Amino acid sequence: MTSPPVPSHPHDERSVGIVSTRFIDLFSGETPLRLESGVTLGPVRVAYETYGQLNSDASNAIYICHALTGDAHVAGRHSPESKKAGWWDGMVGPGKTFDTNKYFVICSNVLGGCQGTTGPGSINPATGQPWGTNFPFITIGDMVEVQAELVRSLGIERLLAVVGGSLGGMMALDWAARFPEMPRAIVCLASSARLTAQGIAFNSVGRRAIYADPNFQNGDYYANEGPKFGLALARMIAHITYLSETSIERKFGRRLQNSDQLGYEPQQEIEFQIESYLHYQGQRFIERFDANCYLYLTRAMDYFDITQRYGSIAQALGRTKAPFFLCSYTSDWLFPPQQSREIVTALLGAGQHVTYLELEGVKGHDSFLLELEQLEALLTPFMTYVAQHPPDTTKLPPARPNPASLAISSAGGH
Amino acid sequence: MRFLLPDPAASLIDRIIMDQIPQGGRVLDLGCGDGRLLCRLRDEMAASIQGVERDPRQVITAISKGVPVLQADLDQGLDEIPDHAFDFAVLSQTLQQVIQPEALLKEMLRAARKAIVVVPNFGHWRIRLQILLNGRAPITSELPYDWYNTPNLHFLTMIDFRALTERLKLRIVRELPIVGGVAKPDLSLANLRADSALFVLEQMTEESAPITMPERAENPREMETDSAV
Repeated sequence: MTSPPVPSHPHDERSVGIVSTRFIDLFSGETPLRLESGVTLGPVRVAYETYGQLNSDASNAIYICHALTGDAHVAGRHSPESKKAGWWDGMVGPGKTFDTNKYFVICSNVLGGCQGTTGPGSINPATGQPWGTNFPFITIGDMVEVQAELVRSLGIERLLAVVGGSLGGMMALDWAARFPEMPRAIVCLASSARLTAQGIAFNSVGRRAIYADPNFQNGDYYANEGPKFGLALARMIAHITYLSETSIERKFGRRLQNSDQLGYEPQQEIEFQIESYLHYQGQRFIERFDANCYLYLTRAMDYFDITQRYGSIAQALGRTKAPFFLCSYTSDWLFPPQQSREIVTALLGAGQHVTYLELEGVKGHDSFLLELEQLEALLTPFMTYVAQHPPDTTKLPPARPNPASLAISSAGGH
Repeated sequence: MRFLLPDPAASLIDRIIMDQIPQGGRVLDLGCGDGRLLCRLRDEMAASIQGVERDPRQVITAISKGVPVLQADLDQGLDEIPDHAFDFAVLSQTLQQVIQPEALLKEMLRAARKAIVVVPNFGHWRIRLQILLNGRAPITSELPYDWYNTPNLHFLTMIDFRALTERLKLRIVRELPIVGGVAKPDLSLANLRADSALFVLEQMTEESAPITMPERAENPREMETDSAV
């Protein structure tokens, strides 16, 4: 389905090469998308990228869900000149974990996003103006509905796996609950079945920074500069939560940015290197992200609680036959391992098959994006096994839930 | 701690363990290694399987065989596993290697309705003879370690194990002395002659009948004859 890959760098044989984002309009005409809030929305334009070739029986597709501020551009480069490869280039490509010689990999920008998919920055067909905060409320379930529609529109009924980290991991869990028969495996990294109070708290402070920016203008800022200061501040706060105490201590310590000694100057905003780094992160973020979108997506994350719709984690995730691969990082304090363990316990109680690892490392929540070596070693054989062992319905034992697991889940209201 | 090449004795013991498990059961293997036993349970007996293993390389091998595995240290408990989520919890040749065998046995019977435990029998006559004649820590083909590099932290005999089950109020559903990888259900003087033994245990509940243990001396430690075993 993709054009033949062109190596982006002559020396990088494991790159998917030059890729481009494509667009598709879904939910147009008679069948708009019914959002969880009850509102309908349509048409929905979806920005997506694919890598590798879909095989003849459409059985080798893997869907990757991006995290909060990610986009459809997972791997490769958009042009030979582009300095930056896709956000998970280390995992997707020929010979990599998501081997594009074997698998057909799909990723799309989420509903409500600002990287090509319909979101608050898109034009409201009714007014001809950007939606702004008139854009309907979006949930993770709504995002997953759009992803599933995209997958179906590509002629794919079953996915080899749905994969995601952080917010993307929440989507992977929601896939398992919402479309239990579609994925053959679920990969959920550094994520949670529901955002913690701490997570909501950090999101709230970030949103406050945007609301408090005078340029926010109730979200109707597209003709003007927009709340850049607030959005940068939101990113600075969030960025701290993606790192670990150890990693920033090692990287920056108390080193000063421009001088050998303290300046004793109250007006000097950037004195330590860590300050410079955070400002840089904030600046880079406002070049590529929309403040309204940040409000919508963080709210969707706050609202996510898989038990709400299905009663319990076991009930939500107990229906799929897909094996689960979960991974958390000991240095992650935004989505700490305890959150993954809670999912593991519920899955085992529901009679599911779970592979779970707590990986060491210092890079905090962002480990799933940065520390790929261990993850590759574990996830590659997992994917290979799933791909090589299509479910043989004739051999499966008739009933999986055993009396013990039923007893467990009845306590949770099975 | 089960290594590398297929070990014929280990695969015989796997067979004995499999014989205790009905078709389609849900089985937890603690210290599952490369997942060998679980693969056989899945492929030959349609079992629903789950492994726990600490060693990262073994975990990767298990994953490549499609064995779902939690990477965890048995000495840290089994907190992730809910009560009675499994029909069977298997612990083969590992109890003597954990720091708190007593705690682990309790955990097994919390996580599963039945526990299958295979332990080496340090009461074997060859071991006794070595200590008696050489005056040194014994080394046998089943226990090929020097005292300073052995993974075995605890030394127990079949009688010792029974005493522990009694203390923990666990019922021995089945007891199988093993000699050279072969189960010998009717072995006389088992505590002298078995190199290892398999026990199937369950929690003693109000309903379950009180145990009828083989007759033996009041204090097992004083019992020298092994006659009743």
